[in-house]
Amino acid sequence: MSYVAQRLLTFPLILLGVSILVFVAIRMIPGDAITAMLGTEAGLLTPAQRASLAAYFGIDQPVTTQYFRWAAGLLHGDLGISATYGKPVLQIILDRFPLTLELALLSMLIALLTGIPLGVLAATRNERPSDLMVRILAMLGQSTPSFVLGLLIIYLLSVWFGIVPTMGTFTPLNVDPLANLGQMIFPAITLGFAFAASVTRISRSAMLDVLSDDYIRTARSKGASQRSVVWGHALPNALIPVVTLSGVEFGYLLGGAVIVEQVFALPGLGRLVLDAISQRDYALVQGTVLFIAMNFLIVNLIVDLLYVVLDPRIRLGGK
Amino acid sequence: MMRLLAALFRHPSGRIGAAIILVYLVAALLGALGLTPHNALKQFPLDRLKPPNATYWLGTDLLGRDTFSRLMLGIGQSFVVAFASVAGATLAGTVIGLLAAWWGSLWDGVLMRIMDVLLAFPAILLALLIIAIVGPGTFTSVAAIAIVYTPIFARVVRGPALSLKRRDFVDAARTFGSSERYILTRHLLLNLVAPLTVQVTLALAWALLTEAGLSFLGLGTQPPAPSLGLMLSESKNLMQHAPWLMFFPGLTIMVGILGFNLTGDALRDILDPRTERRTA
Repeated sequence: MSYVAQRLLTFPLILLGVSILVFVAIRMIPGDAITAMLGTEAGLLTPAQRASLAAYFGIDQPVTTQYFRWAAGLLHGDLGISATYGKPVLQIILDRFPLTLELALLSMLIALLTGIPLGVLAATRNERPSDLMVRILAMLGQSTPSFVLGLLIIYLLSVWFGIVPTMGTFTPLNVDPLANLGQMIFPAITLGFAFAASVTRISRSAMLDVLSDDYIRTARSKGASQRSVVWGHALPNALIPVVTLSGVEFGYLLGGAVIVEQVFALPGLGRLVLDAISQRDYALVQGTVLFIAMNFLIVNLIVDLLYVVLDPRIRLGGK
Repeated sequence: MMRLLAALFRHPSGRIGAAIILVYLVAALLGALGLTPHNALKQFPLDRLKPPNATYWLGTDLLGRDTFSRLMLGIGQSFVVAFASVAGATLAGTVIGLLAAWWGSLWDGVLMRIMDVLLAFPAILLALLIIAIVGPGTFTSVAAIAIVYTPIFARVVRGPALSLKRRDFVDAARTFGSSERYILTRHLLLNLVAPLTVQVTLALAWALLTEAGLSFLGLGTQPPAPSLGLMLSESKNLMQHAPWLMFFPGLTIMVGILGFNLTGDALRDILDPRTERRTA
């Protein structure tokens, strides 16, 4: 079976597994769902009222029936109602998603624009001081947690430059692009830093591999300039692993940069999950986790398919 | 083992990484034995928010507790969670990966698809989901991180195990009547030590990061127990008046992760010389 067919066939299977896992996980939370929904007020319910509520929400049915009803709802975009917000879960998710998407895109842009040139520079100056410096920087970048860097950025901005990053109120991109960029740039740099470090390391490693290939030697022997060899001949092939890494990282970022959103008080998907957990809003936890996992799976599938387009050896069953 | 350690200390980044880990282990051990400059949990109200000085080398926090002593205990706490979770993930992942490769066909498909389902969640999200079920705490952090990293170990083991299974020496062992358990543990597992060693070291860096992240979010180690992530989180509102409360835990987390990353990279170079030229 071809690689593409195999990936396309296993995708719905994994999606099914993810939905079952999320459904079962939420039902493993100690205590019953009505108490979770109503909190202390649940203690005021009579047994008859409790039974009637259980029948209303369908939680008096066997677990398999509950799952199929829930899954049927999913297919119609019904992720349930949030106990905290009193609104459909999908609507709350879609309200928060643009911020997370923008943050992910901005971080990826920062990572690629810095990581690829640095990786190429290090590879072309292999074992020289500039290579060593880039390698040290990349290693430090990979070892710096986003919450450490985020706090450091906030500290430097507020104490050294007297700028206090706006927190709490968020300006959407379509309302005021400049104000939005002002709010998003530092979280994006925070997230993009470690991402850039990974891109640098993988670009350098891929470039070193490609630069030792026969076709590069041929290009050099034909008199191609260093610039043309590096950027024209070597880089396009060295970008294949960078695309894979970027796709996987982008999938992670779409999952909501929980910690960075928390540090910079951004109302994105990651913070939504965190708030939902602390408020014990299980419909919201369930819906958001499922939405994020699905995003992650879809992005990974696209990356895998893109990989096949970029590297025909995979399609042909080679390496 | 001794040869591996010697090679590690000959490797430039391995030497730095191993030295960092060693210093952290000593600090954690001294902290666990109570050999800290001050009692890490004791509050000294008259010494609140003191900057680094001769008595309190790294200053004190809002409750007058010594930052240096708390860091020593925090390193211990983070290491316990990191080592315990990675040990759990290594054990579970190795067993699953080995059995999937050995049994093959249906079992391989079922086990690895379950691993794929777990891999469909970003690590921190899966950990949050587990914490939502069990509640926050040290043990939950260990379990959550172990579950998150189990599929990675299963994948690392399954690939090489599949190719080892088809090798002549395994066929020879079968012919000589060796039991399945003997072949799995002596022939397959011993040949997987190299990739596993590298993966364990890198996983320790991720585990340290995840533990600190969960504690930072208030979902890992609970106060008053000191934890690096928790200390950093507590410093958020005090960073303008007491920046040392942010710098030192942040630096401690960063250097700890750096230690494991450097060691992991060095081990990869040593155990797989093909990658030496390329690693950054």
